[in-house]
Amino acid sequence: MSDLTTTPPLKFAKLRPRVVITWTVLLIGGLIMVTPLLYMFSTSLKSAGQVFDLRLIPVAPTFDNYVKVLANGDFMRWFVNSTVIASIVTLSNCFFDSLVGYTLAKFRFRGRQLVFIAILSTLMIPTEMLVIPWYLMSSQLGWLDSYWGIMFPGLMTAFGTFLMRQFFAGVPDDFLEAARIDGLNEFEIWWKVAMPLVTPAVAALAIFTFLGNWTAFFWPLIVTTSRELYTLPIGISSFSDAQDTKWEMIMTGAALATIPTLLVFLLLQRFIVRGVMLAGLKG
Amino acid sequence: MTSVPDNDAAGATRKGRTGFVLTQGGRKVLWAWSFLALPIVFYCWIRFYPTFSAFWLSFTDWDLLRPANFVGLENYQRLFADPVFWKTFNNTFAYLIIGMPISLVLSFVIAYFLDRVRFGHSFLRALYFIPFLTTAAALAWVWRWFYQPIPIGVINGILSGLHLPAQPFLRSPAQALPSIMVTAIWAGLGFQIIIFIAGLRAIPQTYYEAARIDGLSEWAILRKITLPLLKPTTIFLTVFSSIGFLRIFDQVYNMTTNDPGGPLGSTKPLVLMIYQTAFSSFDMGYAAAQTVVLFIILLAISLLQLYLLRSR
Repeated sequence: MSDLTTTPPLKFAKLRPRVVITWTVLLIGGLIMVTPLLYMFSTSLKSAGQVFDLRLIPVAPTFDNYVKVLANGDFMRWFVNSTVIASIVTLSNCFFDSLVGYTLAKFRFRGRQLVFIAILSTLMIPTEMLVIPWYLMSSQLGWLDSYWGIMFPGLMTAFGTFLMRQFFAGVPDDFLEAARIDGLNEFEIWWKVAMPLVTPAVAALAIFTFLGNWTAFFWPLIVTTSRELYTLPIGISSFSDAQDTKWEMIMTGAALATIPTLLVFLLLQRFIVRGVMLAGLKG
Repeated sequence: MTSVPDNDAAGATRKGRTGFVLTQGGRKVLWAWSFLALPIVFYCWIRFYPTFSAFWLSFTDWDLLRPANFVGLENYQRLFADPVFWKTFNNTFAYLIIGMPISLVLSFVIAYFLDRVRFGHSFLRALYFIPFLTTAAALAWVWRWFYQPIPIGVINGILSGLHLPAQPFLRSPAQALPSIMVTAIWAGLGFQIIIFIAGLRAIPQTYYEAARIDGLSEWAILRKITLPLLKPTTIFLTVFSSIGFLRIFDQVYNMTTNDPGGPLGSTKPLVLMIYQTAFSSFDMGYAAAQTVVLFIILLAISLLQLYLLRSR
């Protein structure tokens, strides 16, 4: 609404026909983009008998499917697995990527450039190439089918390190020097002085890492074999597509997997969009 | 450059010989390496060692059961003679050659117009961006449902409403790949739009003002100012989207779970072949050779990006 009030009415009127056409076409395109999601939510609110009724707004909306899916032990388990795994990996990335990014941006020592280039070069290596050795390593060390096995490859990333290094490079050295004179050790300077100055970058990194791990598919599919250790995407992909497919149940599961990321987005929209722009331009 | 002096480990020895007292620079170097210690172990163990290991395995006949034997280039010879490989190779490049240009053109056009909209800008932008936040495994089910035959499928429902013939979509070897590609383009479009908008906003307004004073038409401004200045963004997105399509897996696997890559292998990309060779057939050496081929293709594209950005 504020956009409307800040636009001078005269200018608005002058551009009207073109603006209205552009706006309408963009709106229609946008609605087409969210149609799959609308149908997903709509069907999750329909009873089994109504599924074949293709109207978008359910005739008699019901939350029965949600109750049934959440009462299913497997689904809750997958939800918890995904939440725990994505959270731990996110914390690890925020800590280590920031620490390494800071060290590479703010310390001068022999070998710094080598470490930086070595880390950056791992961006060139596709995950697909690493999964076979990771699988071998996991089976030898007993990491298959465990939280640790799902998490270990993503605990640090070159992308996060590079992003944080770019942001720490913009922190003035004077701040750090002042803290040094106050007698803080180097770890405290990083944690108490430098980190608070790059909070937006840490938040952007946290959102990307969480989203990436929440939706991660390839490695969790390989490393998990027992149903109790599935993450949400693996669990959902294990639903069967038989003759008697319960589409309303599948849509409810899909909706439950989508709701958390959607809520975070709606709460932090401006922030996330700016984060994507920053990461896209700097990365 | 900065006020931090350039020191190295030698700083520690200046006083260290006699009194174990480190200079400030020497202390900082110690701190730096202690911060890097664990990450260096991680990158060596979880990134570099597996990379070399994958190359090594590609020259062996390892199958999980027996110890690996060196077989030279046998896996590569087998791969280049394997019709399944060439089929998946063609499929992979079909995803790339059709999907990448369509997604780039669509996202540019949407970003170009969306950037000019003031009223409800963030609402419209959200509509386009939201699909990017979804889980491929979850939304693949929605798309599968859309593509079902009558009376379940939404798209066939609409077609029959318009008195058009029903389409087999995912059940037809000819239509399955384009059907999956639509899903993949849909999922990635929001990200590309946001990056294009960021690129458009980075172009200084003064160029546009000067062009308007010179009386250039909108079309001329687009061709002579916007597109040339947007080149770095376009190259970045071309490479980003190319790599995405070359590594396509989630959408394909999830939309064809009954027969991954089917029908008749018509949708199978390289990564799915790697997955099946390694984790269904446990033919690890052969799968490793496939990953090396994928790596070389991706590396070539990344190097091309560096070259294009540099020659600007």
